[in-house]
Amino acid sequence: MQRPLTIALAGNPNSGKSTLFNALTGAHQHVGNYPGITVDKKEGRLQGVETDVRVVDLPGAYSLTAYSQEELVARDMLALERPDAVVDVINAGSLERNLYLAVQLLELGAPLVLALNMMDEATKRGLKIDSAKLGRLLDLPVAELVAKKDVGVAELARLATDYAAARAQNPGPWQPLSISYGPDLDEVIAEMTAAIEAAGFLTERYPARWVAIKYLENDSPVMDEGRRAGDIGARLEAMAAKAAAHCDATLKTYPEAIIADYRYGFISSILKGGVLTRDDRLDRIEVSDKIDRVLTHRFLGPVVMLGVLYLVYKITFGLGRLPMDWLQAGFAYLGETATALMPEGLLRSLLVSGVIDGAGGVFSFVPLILIIFMLIAFLEDSGYMARIAYMLDRIFRVFGLHGCSVMPFIISGGIAGGCAVPGVMASRTLRSPKEKLATLLTVPFMTCGAKLPIFILLTAVFFPRFQALVLFAITLAGWAAALCVAWFLRKTMITGPSTPFVMELPPYRLPTWKGLCIHTWERTWQYIRKAGSVILAISVLLWAAMTFPGLPDEEAARFDAAKAEIAASLETAHAGDDARAVQKLTEDLGTADNERAAAALRNSLAGRAGTSIEYVTRLAGFDWRTNIALIGGFAAKEVIVSTLGTAYSLGKVESEETTPLAEQLAADSAWNALKAVSLIVFILLYAPCFITVIAIARETGSWRWALFSTSFNTALAFALAVGVYQVGTLFGLGR
Amino acid sequence: MSTPISLRRLGKGQKAIITSIAAQGELGRRIRDMGLVPGAEVSIIGRAPLQDPVALRVKDFTLSLRNNEADFIEVEILEPKPCSAP
Repeated sequence: MQRPLTIALAGNPNSGKSTLFNALTGAHQHVGNYPGITVDKKEGRLQGVETDVRVVDLPGAYSLTAYSQEELVARDMLALERPDAVVDVINAGSLERNLYLAVQLLELGAPLVLALNMMDEATKRGLKIDSAKLGRLLDLPVAELVAKKDVGVAELARLATDYAAARAQNPGPWQPLSISYGPDLDEVIAEMTAAIEAAGFLTERYPARWVAIKYLENDSPVMDEGRRAGDIGARLEAMAAKAAAHCDATLKTYPEAIIADYRYGFISSILKGGVLTRDDRLDRIEVSDKIDRVLTHRFLGPVVMLGVLYLVYKITFGLGRLPMDWLQAGFAYLGETATALMPEGLLRSLLVSGVIDGAGGVFSFVPLILIIFMLIAFLEDSGYMARIAYMLDRIFRVFGLHGCSVMPFIISGGIAGGCAVPGVMASRTLRSPKEKLATLLTVPFMTCGAKLPIFILLTAVFFPRFQALVLFAITLAGWAAALCVAWFLRKTMITGPSTPFVMELPPYRLPTWKGLCIHTWERTWQYIRKAGSVILAISVLLWAAMTFPGLPDEEAARFDAAKAEIAASLETAHAGDDARAVQKLTEDLGTADNERAAAALRNSLAGRAGTSIEYVTRLAGFDWRTNIALIGGFAAKEVIVSTLGTAYSLGKVESEETTPLAEQLAADSAWNALKAVSLIVFILLYAPCFITVIAIARETGSWRWALFSTSFNTALAFALAVGVYQVGTLFGLGR
Repeated sequence: MSTPISLRRLGKGQKAIITSIAAQGELGRRIRDMGLVPGAEVSIIGRAPLQDPVALRVKDFTLSLRNNEADFIEVEILEPKPCSAP
């Protein structure tokens, strides 16, 4: 059997590359990750042709330098996999800049097909492109299309397949384009090329001349290879340094700048010969600029933006609430059914409290993630996300973040009631790696919906008159903590200058349904697949920690005996038709069960851990009951309320209906307002729930940061809680 | 020809030609990748509500950069001639 043809799809961001990829492959695509990094790897089968053609979607890039992971990935794929054809998707409306990548692809020797996309927009703006002439001048096939409207896509598919098939027939070496870089550089490039060819350095992967140019461009991955290869690396570096010194002395510039100048010069010489003509009679002020006059207006801009951000939040949690409740109710029903069908025992407990609750935890987030990604895809595809970053950059930059950081913060609970899981996942809109890391490590400080029940409970008991005010202050404290920690991280652990903001503001466009749906589904499916298994495992582990080793035999026997006694009296009361006694004894029976559950919890691994660290946590005012609840809160913050209920022998306390627990806390002399504040501070800031931790591990591509966020946040939270409690006690507030 | 000024000082609606770019390393490369090279024509589309970053038009598309990044770019004003400070 023949090896399938491979076509790679390259192009600038905002050139409609994903739309074209979707149009070419239909729903037959596969999304994965490049090993070790978080750049998506998308592959599909070409539809509508008889031949078996594999289409690989390279990450969007403006250039083939090595500054971003996306660019490196694109470059390595081309060099190592040698696709039979590379389709460069070009936004016809800004042909000149888009050809900059094409020229670099040609210098690499890639068998290029140009796909001039968005021809309709270009025509509307008065641009005329002679694509046949462009193809003749560059000696490659050119296709015109409007991928969004499926115009020209089939023709492109045929053209690229034929081209790839022809290339596969005669698989000679790639023919790199060689353009002149002027008298100052051409000579040294020729010398370096000769040296590279003589040493055979990287020649199996890249054209020798390309490697020489990379040395002049200070390309660190290529230079690292050179150092590993030995002598040749040092020689090339010396030659490049000499050329740089020469350029600096005679022209006051750098080789990189000269290279870029000549590339653009090459492009404009091609475009000048009648390839690109403009009709100046057409109104050049585009619709997009007119929209921007309102949407980025000094006063209107921020107002509209606040409205949009609020709307995103409202839609996500308003629309997501319903299916989320259904899913939770569904899993609760499943749990009840299993409880009813199975005999009491460890297996039932494992299935209900470990597996079903764990799976419920995973799936109840699916509606939220689905909606949030749909909305984010809409904001990104429409071009508004870039404007949000544009307007907010000045503020977030102060904290070492990026304008795009706002979305993850809001979703995570910047408006109280969000959720850090979709928040962390939303951080992928940030293209700058340092700012992205600082953002996703700090979003868990926000007031997410799961922290709210315990906050509402504590404020209702201890600050009944100022409840709304205190809740608002908690939300603000979350923002303050997140921004300060981000600032701190960027000063200490994630150092380095901020990533340049140089960012395209793409014209406003109406996103397509198909694109939105595919995009959303990809993300959601990734969450289910990757997070699902791990979350289930940890959920079972936490269940075990809160169940084993159970009560010692004699104590269990004591509880059983007491219960049997009450049950016997209940029987007698039933026989004697004593209604009051029946009621009292039934209650006693419930109390006995609750006391038993509390004793079992205290004796479990989590309970013992909670008890044994009590002497430390006393510093913040937490007793063993609180400790167990906080350990449970690592599974999901909602669990804090119910675990506290069990620890206080109150039986099952629902997070929506907390009256018994509130009465207990109000009556308990061990509790006071100061302890409540200390606990609120701790819960707001301590380790994210493990679903978030897993999301962090996924987005950063390493467990190191996930572990860091768990330990660092807990340490910070504890230090602040102790501070609050001790200072408060000093001022006599703890009474 | 007027003397070159920093791109930061270009007012809204003004057109200019880039004369030199002093940025090196990552910033320099990103600027060049986006088509900001000597000889290119730029015009200011607007500024963000807090006056920073700035949005400009170059080679048929819109691009934004921070003021301190614009400082690396020197331009010569084409039209309209500088009248009052922006």
